[in-house]
Amino acid sequence: MESNKKLSRTIASVVLAVICVFYVYPIFAILINSLKMNKAITTSGVFQLPSADNFVGLANYVEGITSMNFLKSFWYSLVISVMSVVLIILCCSMAAWYIIRVNGPLSKAFYYLCIFSMVVPFQMVMFTLANTADRLHLNNPYNICIIYLGFGAGLAVFMFTGFVKGIPLEIEEAAMIDGCSPLQTFFLVLVPILKPTIISTAILETMWVWNDYLLPTLVLDIKKYRTIPMAIQYFRGSYGTVNMGAMMACIMIDIVPIIIMYLVCQKYIIEGVVAGAVKG
Amino acid sequence: MVGKSIKKWWPVFLLPTAVAFAIGFVWPFIWGIYLSFCKFTTVKNVKFIGFSNYSKVFADPTFSHAFWLTVLFAFLSSVLINILAFAIALALTRGLKGTNVFRTIFFMPNLIGGIVLGYIWQTLLNGLLSKWGQPLLALSAFNGFWGMIILLCWQQIGYMMIIYIAGLNNISGDLIEAAEIDGATPAQILFKIKIPMIMPSITICTFLTLTNGFKMFDQNLSLTGGEPAKQSQLLALNIYDTFYARSGAQWKGIGQAKAVVFFLIVVIIALIQLRATTSREVQQ
Repeated sequence: MESNKKLSRTIASVVLAVICVFYVYPIFAILINSLKMNKAITTSGVFQLPSADNFVGLANYVEGITSMNFLKSFWYSLVISVMSVVLIILCCSMAAWYIIRVNGPLSKAFYYLCIFSMVVPFQMVMFTLANTADRLHLNNPYNICIIYLGFGAGLAVFMFTGFVKGIPLEIEEAAMIDGCSPLQTFFLVLVPILKPTIISTAILETMWVWNDYLLPTLVLDIKKYRTIPMAIQYFRGSYGTVNMGAMMACIMIDIVPIIIMYLVCQKYIIEGVVAGAVKG
Repeated sequence: MVGKSIKKWWPVFLLPTAVAFAIGFVWPFIWGIYLSFCKFTTVKNVKFIGFSNYSKVFADPTFSHAFWLTVLFAFLSSVLINILAFAIALALTRGLKGTNVFRTIFFMPNLIGGIVLGYIWQTLLNGLLSKWGQPLLALSAFNGFWGMIILLCWQQIGYMMIIYIAGLNNISGDLIEAAEIDGATPAQILFKIKIPMIMPSITICTFLTLTNGFKMFDQNLSLTGGEPAKQSQLLALNIYDTFYARSGAQWKGIGQAKAVVFFLIVVIIALIQLRATTSREVQQ
């Protein structure tokens, strides 16, 4: 019985390790191809390690960064993600507190609209949203965060209201009796309590905004501003022969910072996913 | 008291989100519904034509093809992802060595965007297919469809696994122990205790996988681009294609009508699924 259990555990470990190889291999394959000479990257040769005569070192990376204007794209992606997520967190946490504490019909209606917006597919609003953004001059990387606030409000309001409901009213009452204004109560009392939810929500929203492709493609002017996903799609989707080496290199430069960030704040990311699902 | 004193502060607390929500969602949504009854190429020349866009939607063979393909895709990917994610979660809640490393690796693909994922898998799968002498992704709708299934499984198993692990860790050890003392077999513990106890996780995971499968766009665009001849187009890509890739004055209105139909389908599926699985949840 005991040895049986041990055997089944060993089998489970081996199976999991094999699956792990499937998970790591695709990224490894892109890595080895990004080090090969452009001509050596063929459809059937993707599994071969670079050899002495087709190894080019980091040449593809240099090529990719310059021809795709990658640093500019990185900057746009960073600006859009940071501004949008900060704005979403700030505005939606305030709105969520208001919705829960002032529990009128208007708050309720707003809350249910937010939930509803999470189910609606983006294709439903893509044309009209892009048009609205153009008219209101929200079509550049510095203003697009307002669009993201509107479209990301559903998830954020949902997460924050779920958490605010559980905070005892007495804490806020005590603060107000001591003379705090509503703004002081919110920033000095509520925000510290909300911190775990703020981190979780920030991570979920960052994962979405950083990788979002269709919204910025339709809203931003693709000739002037390209986020990283847009740049990669544009690079690959344009006609003529694609420089495969540079393409692989760009995929690597896109993935590496994400993986490093993931390894650093893994704990928060996984907690964020669980919190989002449990609230759901 | 708190409610009363912050009530008049709504311009600070509620207004910014409400305005952005109106710009980013409410207005485009309502306007989108209106435009689905119109013929238009830009917003300046809109002509109301009633339901004729909708009748053209159902007459468009690419739409019905994309519809059935999406239904098949969403159900198949949802079933596969949930079974595999649950199996991995079961293995990872047994206190094996290296559990944390496994968990970290399985979750990783979720952080990579759909466009990049599509190109990674296009490279790999085309490599495999050409080694086996099979038609490449862009030449065979069958291969393209399975390519998308593999890609979505690879991406989402980790996410669902995290939710299942959290659910399994919530089951009290006493319950399992009591069952073991009563002589329950491992299979009985799994089907009679573990699965009923994590029904809430199953509800949320099937909801997420089904709606993600229905709404999938980026991966479809980059992995197959709908090739060959729109045969691997899912609904979201079909709508995008109708809007932006087809020439002719009628197509934008038809695209918008397709989007409304798509929206209704997603809502109906989500409601049916939520009702079906929440009714199986047990009270703790």
